[in-house]
Amino acid sequence: MAALEEEFTLSTGVLSAGPEGFLGVEQSDKADQFLVTDSGRTVVLYKVSDQKPLGSWSVKQGQTITCPAVCNFQTGEYIVVHDQKVLRIWNNEDVNLDKVFKATLSAEVHRIHSVQKTEPLVLFQRGAVRGLEALLAEPQQNIEAVIPDEEVIKWSEFFMVFKQPVLIFITEKHGNYFAYVQLCKSHSLSKYTLLLGKEEKSVKPNFTARVDGKFISLVSLSSDGCIYETLIPIYSSDTEKNHRLIRALMLKAVVSGAARNGTALTILDQDHVAVLGPPLPASKECLSIWNVKFQTLQTSKELPQGTSGQLWYHGEILFMLHGKCLTVIPYKCEVSSLAGALGKLKHTQESDPHSMPHFVDWETCSGYDLGSYSADQSRTLRRKKIETNLQPEVPGSKQLLSIIKNDSEKHIEVELRKFLAKSTPDFHTKIGDVVAGLLGRCKAEPSFYPRNCLMQLIQTRVLSYSLCPGLMEIALEHTDVQMLQLCLQQFPDIPESTTCACLKLFLSDTIQDEKKEMKEQTEIVQNGFSPEDNSCSKDDQQLNKKPGDAAKETTSFPVTSCPVTPKRAALINAVLHSAYSEAFLLPHLKDIPAKHITLFLQYLYFLYLKCSGNATMTLPGISPPTLSQIMDWICLLLDANFTVVLMIPDAKRLLLNLYKFVKSQISVYSELNKIEVSFRELQKLNQDKSNRGLYSIEVLELF
Amino acid sequence: MPIFNLSSFSKRLKDKEWGMGEFKVHRVRFFNYVPSGIRCVAYNNQSNRLAVSRTDGTVEIYNLSANYFQEKFFPGHESRATEALCWAEGQRLFSAGLNGEILEYDLQALNIKYALDAFGGPIWSMAASPSGSQLVVGCEDGSVKLFEVTPEKIQFARNFDRQKSRILSLSWHPAGTHIAAGSIDYISVFDVKSGSIIRKMVLDRQHLGVTKSRCIVWGVAFLSDGTVISVDSVGKVQLWDSATGTLVKSHLIANADVQSIAVADQEDSFVVGTAEGTVFHFQLVSVTSSSSEKQWVRTKPFQHHTHDVRTVAHSPTALISGGTDTHLVIRPLMEKVEVKNYDAALRKITFPHRRLISCSKRRQLLLFQFAHHLELWRLGSTLATGKNGDTLPLSKNADHLLHLKTKGPENIICSCVSQCGSWIAYSTASRFFLYRLKYEHDNISLQRVSKMPAFLQSAVHILFSEDSRKLFVASNQGSLHILHLLEGSFKHLHTFQPQSGTVEAMCLLAVSPDGNWLAASGTSAGVHVYDLNHLKLHCTVPAYNFPVTALAIAPNTNNLVIAHSDQQVFEFSIPDKQYTDWSRAVQKQGFHQLWLQRDTPITHISFHPKRPMHILLHDAYMFCIIDKALPLPNDKTVLYNPLPPKNESDVFLRRTAHAFKISKIYKPLLFMDLLDERTLVAVERPLDDIIAQLPPPIKKKKFGT
Repeated sequence: MAALEEEFTLSTGVLSAGPEGFLGVEQSDKADQFLVTDSGRTVVLYKVSDQKPLGSWSVKQGQTITCPAVCNFQTGEYIVVHDQKVLRIWNNEDVNLDKVFKATLSAEVHRIHSVQKTEPLVLFQRGAVRGLEALLAEPQQNIEAVIPDEEVIKWSEFFMVFKQPVLIFITEKHGNYFAYVQLCKSHSLSKYTLLLGKEEKSVKPNFTARVDGKFISLVSLSSDGCIYETLIPIYSSDTEKNHRLIRALMLKAVVSGAARNGTALTILDQDHVAVLGPPLPASKECLSIWNVKFQTLQTSKELPQGTSGQLWYHGEILFMLHGKCLTVIPYKCEVSSLAGALGKLKHTQESDPHSMPHFVDWETCSGYDLGSYSADQSRTLRRKKIETNLQPEVPGSKQLLSIIKNDSEKHIEVELRKFLAKSTPDFHTKIGDVVAGLLGRCKAEPSFYPRNCLMQLIQTRVLSYSLCPGLMEIALEHTDVQMLQLCLQQFPDIPESTTCACLKLFLSDTIQDEKKEMKEQTEIVQNGFSPEDNSCSKDDQQLNKKPGDAAKETTSFPVTSCPVTPKRAALINAVLHSAYSEAFLLPHLKDIPAKHITLFLQYLYFLYLKCSGNATMTLPGISPPTLSQIMDWICLLLDANFTVVLMIPDAKRLLLNLYKFVKSQISVYSELNKIEVSFRELQKLNQDKSNRGLYSIEVLELF
Repeated sequence: MPIFNLSSFSKRLKDKEWGMGEFKVHRVRFFNYVPSGIRCVAYNNQSNRLAVSRTDGTVEIYNLSANYFQEKFFPGHESRATEALCWAEGQRLFSAGLNGEILEYDLQALNIKYALDAFGGPIWSMAASPSGSQLVVGCEDGSVKLFEVTPEKIQFARNFDRQKSRILSLSWHPAGTHIAAGSIDYISVFDVKSGSIIRKMVLDRQHLGVTKSRCIVWGVAFLSDGTVISVDSVGKVQLWDSATGTLVKSHLIANADVQSIAVADQEDSFVVGTAEGTVFHFQLVSVTSSSSEKQWVRTKPFQHHTHDVRTVAHSPTALISGGTDTHLVIRPLMEKVEVKNYDAALRKITFPHRRLISCSKRRQLLLFQFAHHLELWRLGSTLATGKNGDTLPLSKNADHLLHLKTKGPENIICSCVSQCGSWIAYSTASRFFLYRLKYEHDNISLQRVSKMPAFLQSAVHILFSEDSRKLFVASNQGSLHILHLLEGSFKHLHTFQPQSGTVEAMCLLAVSPDGNWLAASGTSAGVHVYDLNHLKLHCTVPAYNFPVTALAIAPNTNNLVIAHSDQQVFEFSIPDKQYTDWSRAVQKQGFHQLWLQRDTPITHISFHPKRPMHILLHDAYMFCIIDKALPLPNDKTVLYNPLPPKNESDVFLRRTAHAFKISKIYKPLLFMDLLDERTLVAVERPLDDIIAQLPPPIKKKKFGT
């Protein structure tokens, strides 16, 4: 549920907001600190939580800042351009902008873009793009013109897509809009013509964009008050052609069509956009949060003093110029649900003193131990004082979530460990939030894969598939089999399609290469990833002896050694243990390639033989697959792929062996059934002895 | 330093103390006792006590602070089927039943203060107002009647609007302004001031698509925000908004009736019990981690019962349930328990915490007390001997000598057979009976001693002296009567009047074998010791916080051994009027923690006639011989070792290791005593035998869909 929190203003004493508002609000390298550039001469660094400026810098009288100051995240320095060509770089210690590093460039700069983990990019007014370092090495280098003469850059944005910096900018010429996508590493530039509605020609549309897989989703607020989405491919197939892009309606009439100025929008996350503007022709300006998925208004806030039509969104905080004040509104969004979208949830911010939920701690319910008894506590049944005045939110998880958003993997890991060490009352939901945060960043930043953190979180045993639906998909993407194994063991509610995807991965050749290394080891290890488990390996040694004996007994169907490596066996066992529903699993099993079916069937056959090898019909090791699990999977696999199995000679032979073995088992059981009656009589005789009746005299000796 | 020869020492020990722990045990399982099913429970927050009523009309009071000890009970009555039980005005206990009467119990004198006919036919429900000053009852004829609780009695105040059908459940709004009443097919909300019905909520009779003939509202609960929670025969728990009369939420939780509901005082959780034996816990939890919007969520199911859960209660820390399967189950809520010690464990109380069996040692007789009759049995005998664990062949089986039915509808409170076996006494709530038995070869003749004096109306405890010449009767008025028994008649010797100002009934008596001392204990005050030769109070044992569960006076030494509900055992020397050195030593060191963790009280203490250092005591799951000569166990020693010793030196080590010799072979153990030096009698009542006599539970499908 998206919500706007209490707004507050930053003092703008030194800033002079022109009619066009500010030049920009940019993030600095420290969380919570932002650079605000006014349209005149001043840059101010604010610490938002303290609501006060940390530093303020101005250019000389007569000079004008033409491009908002940004932070170079790699060095922590600030960069600003004044008078279109003069670049200034300084840091926190500098006092006077006049005395800091200065570079005069040969062409006019449109904007400098800077995002984390890469060097800032300089976009020139004629469309050329340079890395900052390259530019500083030779400030006076020749800057080419990329866009035609009459085109003017209206808007630009910079993304990191799969570690590749991508710059998009929109130009305008005689009311026609063009989008350019510049892949900075490959220096490829694609141009697209945006087909906008007729009425767009007169008013400048607002743009915002985000990366959605292999596309940039360009969202524009047009003058009819509707929001449109245009998907621009990042990797264009051929760069020659001038592509035309058609927009799709995303949201209808979010602002009044009559509003000429003072409208702005920004994407908050994949489901939410923030729109600034009057919702009705006569009404005052409003900041509204719309849910794109459910097409509903989530929340809105009236801004009676009017705005400059500018809206910035950085790190869960919205900035805007409200009247003469720079207003800051923290924004919070939880996972949206239908109920939430329909407005059924009353979202109240006040903390009711009695509202502390008494969450059930399922762990303590199921397995409290009596060992923690101490003699002096013996008599009193002490009651827990019901905490009436607990704050509704432990700050730990909030902090952690913001750390997850921005910080390095190492740091997250350390913080996570701290977080897990203390138990909070609603641990389950917090863990859910943390995982969602991590996965969100994984999706946004493909390079980000905090494996250790995720493993730790899974091992808390409170996660389930439905609590973090993306986790297994990401693990599948990274072919992280260990994580998948852990998920299979821990999650109770994995959908069949995912189970099958895991199975496919485990059977596929991607983990085949390890087979060669481990060829000499033929035993099954129930948990391939815990070789330190001694009891397990002991069992395996026992098992190692057995195949020989079994082979002697059943010479007609030779018992081969395990067809897969111990590691793979462990992985497949995890799949065998997982819960499924036959009807849903069958269609997915059909998709497994024939070669893998044979291998899987071989393995199941091997397990079946092993199982039948002892009287208790069990396999050694910790939590081995049971006989019924093995049989169910054999049946399922054959059901799904019977014709395929019949066509492959190897598999056919296997099938024949399986058939013979099952047949012999059946005959053994029928023989056992025949002598069951005699056994029962014996048991009855035994029972009579133990049944003492109503009265007896016994001898008891106390020691 | 002398060389300690272990094997020779142990041989000597064995020779000298042969059978130190070797006994012939009469293992009796023919005590066909079946407890009555639980009908109502009512929890009193002020005193942390629980009142439990059973289907035979018995009402028991459990002290939850005193290790769940059943400290008081009121005998049942055939015509008094209790349907409702509640506490009002602090700690006054009321019940109402199908005979149409409202009863108030006197918790001091342990009798019924008065019975008042409500004139509305059978009463199905009763509820006390939040302030405790008013009672409402729901009657068969559809009337809801309001009573004012006055200091001495209750007074009829007014009838509410009469309904079509019987009122099965009632609940007050916490503000005391409204009452919700569950009837058949609908719930009505009354305004207390005007007595008129202001809202009527009709229930759906559909159950999984099948329309039942009617939907009985077994329970309602009124919350302070105006929500009414109902449980019904269709298997639903439903939340209603009483202001609008609309259904807010419906949980289908069972295929059978949901019969009971109880809400926590804080209104953040409630508990319901179903006819399938399941208890569900509902909690008010937040919808998301940060919002304050809350929802009732079914959080925990418990299956501690096999039969209908007829009643539930919600104490601040535990869910309490009882039903047809006769168990009282107390399930602590782990999240509310701070210290996870043994008190946090599940309690299942099945057997009464008092003795139902008495024994004549000389004639080897057992007297079994049932609700409406007594049975006298003679134990069998054997000539064979054997080693530990052997079952010996019987030369004579046990005989059922006598079946004595009570006259009248009242339950038997207590009974006793004398040591010589020639006297039997028992008492109901209004009459006292004494019989003289004569044995002529195999025939027994029974003769009732008539003309009982007027003061012998009702007894709480009866005891014969060791020589069977005196009878001690503890009456419910707090006085102790001493009768001298003659051949076929008796003479009143003396009455010890209660201490001035107290009317507390004496529940337990013990007499010294030499006949000089009588010890008596009430439910809360200390133990009084009377000098029977001079007929005066000798001394009072210092009061202890926990109630006494068993008392006995040792032969020769006249040491009084007292067991308390917190599992402490004291030894008090009557001649010296002080605790013995052994008792002081035990208190100094403390009992073994496993000893303190037992969850049933000691119900009987006896002594070995030849070994003054031995004390025998038992609870429902173990019996123990304490050898005071041996060192006490500390928390590091093994208190109970179930394995038989491996060799001679092991036997020796075990024998001399510590004072507590424990056996858990016989369980559930209702009675155990020494018949002579080498013979024990143990009366067991296996749970399976009880279950076999209960009505069959609702059959639930285990497999298939």
